[in-house]
Amino acid sequence: MSEIEFLSWVRGPGFEIATIIFVAGVVIRVSEIFLLGRKKNLAEAKGSEMKGGLHTILSRSIPDKSTLQRSTFKIVSGYIFHIGLFITICFFAPHILLVKELTGISWPSLPTAIIDASAVVSIITLVVVLIHRLRNTVLKFLSTSGDYLVWLLTILPLITGYMAFHRIGMSAPSMLAIHILSIELLLVAFPFTKLMHAFTLPIARWYNGAISAYRGVES
Amino acid sequence: MMIDNKNLKDKTLGDALRSQGISRRSFLKFCAATASMMALPPSMIPAIAEALEKAKKPSVIWLSFQECTGCTESLTRAHTATIENLIFDSISLDYHHTLQAASGEAAEEARTEAMKENWGEYLLVVDGSIPTKDMGYSTIAGMSNLDMFLETAAGAAAIISVGTCAAFGGIPHANPNPTGAYSVHDIIKQYGDREVEGISPELVSNGRLADKPVITVPGCPPIPVVITGVLTHYLTFGAIPELDHLGRPKAFYGSSIHDRCYRRPFYDKGLFAETFDDEGAKKGWCLYKLGCKGPTTYNACATTKWNNGTSFPIESGHPCLGCSEPDFWDGGGFYKALSIPTVDIAGAAIYAAAGAAAAGVALGALNKNKKQKTISEHSKTTIDDLEK
Amino acid sequence: MSASLEKGINALKKEVDSTVAAFFSSCVNCGMCADACLFYTEAGCPARTPINKTEPLRRIWKQEYTLLGRIGKLLGLNKPIDHDFLQRWEKLVYDSCTLCGRCSMVCPVGIDITAMIRKTREGMAAAGHAPEGLIGATKRAVETGSPMGVKLPALLAVIAHVEKDTGLKVPVDVEGAEYMLLLSSMEIMNFPEFIEAIAKIFDKAGASWTISTEAFEATNSGIQIGVSDIAAALVQRIVDAAEKLKVKTVISPECGHAYMAIRWDGPNLIGKSFNFKVRHILEVLDELRKDGRLKITGKETQKLTYHDPCQISRRGGVIDQPRNLINTFADNFIEMPDAGKMNWCCGAGGGVSTNERADELRLKVFQRKKDQLDKIKPDAIISACSNCRIHLEDGLEEYNMDIPLMSLTETLAEHLEE
Repeated sequence: MSEIEFLSWVRGPGFEIATIIFVAGVVIRVSEIFLLGRKKNLAEAKGSEMKGGLHTILSRSIPDKSTLQRSTFKIVSGYIFHIGLFITICFFAPHILLVKELTGISWPSLPTAIIDASAVVSIITLVVVLIHRLRNTVLKFLSTSGDYLVWLLTILPLITGYMAFHRIGMSAPSMLAIHILSIELLLVAFPFTKLMHAFTLPIARWYNGAISAYRGVES
Repeated sequence: MMIDNKNLKDKTLGDALRSQGISRRSFLKFCAATASMMALPPSMIPAIAEALEKAKKPSVIWLSFQECTGCTESLTRAHTATIENLIFDSISLDYHHTLQAASGEAAEEARTEAMKENWGEYLLVVDGSIPTKDMGYSTIAGMSNLDMFLETAAGAAAIISVGTCAAFGGIPHANPNPTGAYSVHDIIKQYGDREVEGISPELVSNGRLADKPVITVPGCPPIPVVITGVLTHYLTFGAIPELDHLGRPKAFYGSSIHDRCYRRPFYDKGLFAETFDDEGAKKGWCLYKLGCKGPTTYNACATTKWNNGTSFPIESGHPCLGCSEPDFWDGGGFYKALSIPTVDIAGAAIYAAAGAAAAGVALGALNKNKKQKTISEHSKTTIDDLEK
Repeated sequence: MSASLEKGINALKKEVDSTVAAFFSSCVNCGMCADACLFYTEAGCPARTPINKTEPLRRIWKQEYTLLGRIGKLLGLNKPIDHDFLQRWEKLVYDSCTLCGRCSMVCPVGIDITAMIRKTREGMAAAGHAPEGLIGATKRAVETGSPMGVKLPALLAVIAHVEKDTGLKVPVDVEGAEYMLLLSSMEIMNFPEFIEAIAKIFDKAGASWTISTEAFEATNSGIQIGVSDIAAALVQRIVDAAEKLKVKTVISPECGHAYMAIRWDGPNLIGKSFNFKVRHILEVLDELRKDGRLKITGKETQKLTYHDPCQISRRGGVIDQPRNLINTFADNFIEMPDAGKMNWCCGAGGGVSTNERADELRLKVFQRKKDQLDKIKPDAIISACSNCRIHLEDGLEEYNMDIPLMSLTETLAEHLEE
């Protein structure tokens, strides 16, 4: 298979397979959650569930002072690589083009210099986060093979994207194909791993806020 | 163009150039330009000049198979008398369908005679792909392309595949490849060990076909000066230049169009033409969104350009087709940007979501069922049930 | 003697709902819950990470209610759920957790870990893996009405003392009273001054109230051991009594889990909304204050601070009322760090103090509260939960700190205008 054929495959059938598995997987998992339902709360309410739920979806992103003091590294490093990922993925022109093709929506892109810096910062932070996970007693205890797999699946697109952009490693068509393939791997694994938190986080936060607001406490 | 071979065969290249009226100064200028293009240091210029001076006009046999003659057109485009053309005249082009004067049996005789006389020393240039599904798709004088190639390659000192068809299969190789078109490399890989009946019993093949140096000069067509640059290198050093993983000379195919494109600053700033006639297009912004394959294409178009450095496709406002890459015809559409999938993803996603929703409902029903069972199976826990 | 693994697994299955599924789907093993749990911060051991305590529930959810888990079951790839496994989790789910709720506030993906630990206890208890101390207390609660075995005669004796000391009547079984007061055994036995305080305050406020002889126990052991059926039975007693006496509001006293049990869990346990209100005593007192029926005089000049009982503040929503009330008599009130809904647990709630096996651990984790107190160095601590009060006194003694504990209700009564 020539390089261009490989690239055409990942842009074609490969993408299709990955998308189908990703979409189907996410829909099934979210359905599995919602269709379990929950019992109605019969106690006298002190506050609104909907308001509380919506509030917590946003407010949980801002830690309180003592939590920030106690979990500083986790919070700061988590934000750095998430924001870095967000900038790199969402503001690089070719990526925006992809979204436009799929959904019709697009927005302005940022200069490649910023994207480049963002990718580098994310990669470095992810490496530091991994080291922390391996050394911290609680994290080492909690971590499963799934956590490490997810780390790898997250950092590979960043590294291969960086390499493709900077012409490091293999020739351009091959590197670009590998970059796209790494994202397809991420998509395929997504519904089977903790990456689902991207979709279930708002649900969990909503429940948390709703339950707490019912009792009159903003969580 | 075609000068009687026999007279010029013993003249050196230097003689030939002087007889064409090329001054020493022009000649040295050409050598300097060639050196810089080949990424050779200026100290090499005298060596190039000397070598070219003394070089005996090598015999070149040019085989054209399933091709459109575009490569020849590109090379011989002589709207002005260029050095390249003259150099071209300074090789002994002993066989070329379009350019030779002879035809029919006389032409074939010219080929076999040239082979016999220069056995082991002639250069074999190939353009066009070689069909393998049915040899009848392309024959010359009743001989299949494959047989002619193998026979001629047996005594060649080196093989140069010119144009994307010979290099990678090109247009004929595009889906569904009805003729079973092969590139030169493919042929060598598959048939390289085949025993070939030589054109004359005394002439034994000078080495395995698989071991012969092959230079790949792709492009649809390739840039003229790239050909002559390669030839010059061969003439000067008697060896092939440094090649990349696809057999292309790194001097010309070492960087991608994207990395040398003058519109790159627009890409980096995020300024793109959205259509062929919008403001961005008029301002000369990056053509990525219009499907430019510059990022994945290795060639010298962005620096060397075409028609003596006049322009190249991107400069003229058209995205790069990626014509020096294998399978560029099947590369997902000329006007589809590289980051866009080549199939209807949105459609696939919707089907997947619909199917999954159904599956989700089914699973949800299963879950609910299970919970119902746990509730019905649950016996009230009393204080007697707290200990085993 | 009929606890069984099968019953435990069935109980856990019953507990899984959409919230559990959403929570377990979201956990990214970040470990921030450990940083927020005093049992980890003060006593170490990564197994005490809050989300880890829910592992029995998580395994059931995964294996029974997810496609992947079902496939794993078919292929025999799932992690085991057996007595050995549940045994290893007993100390994590009971000894190392007060259901304080701090982890639920801190989890970045929004998991209500506390609710899930509570659900996990359902399975643990039904399988016979609840601590001995809690089993004993629960048995006593069901059989005698009180986990400490405080029967009606004892209560009546205390009431007699109160009437003598205050010269006021303590109304018993009065039909049509506005308020029906519940009492925790802790208060009856150790802090009868609380009943005195109520009598005085309600007398001055002109509020009609009563205690039911058929249901006076506020503490709900079923909640602490984590057996909803038993908890429901205990709640039903209160509901029956309240309906019999046709009261408007049932008052939960200065006890943490009692409030959670009757106010928030109650109707859901018995499957029916109440036709009376449920209020914490602090809520009632603050209402009286707002209505001008609580006249306070005299100021406390010593440096006072307030310890938020977890089930009342963070899990109950009664955060402002105690502060409003304290400000009526306090001249020098200083909040401890993290005061309010993020305050730290004293270390004894959720059944931990009923579990003798956990005594050492409970005193160890008191260091978190000690740290808070060291930062402000108060002269006295006010609280509104007798369980917190007892444990705080234990802890202060253990660490040689001489800071008296005050009940908010009692202090208010002391400052009542004559």
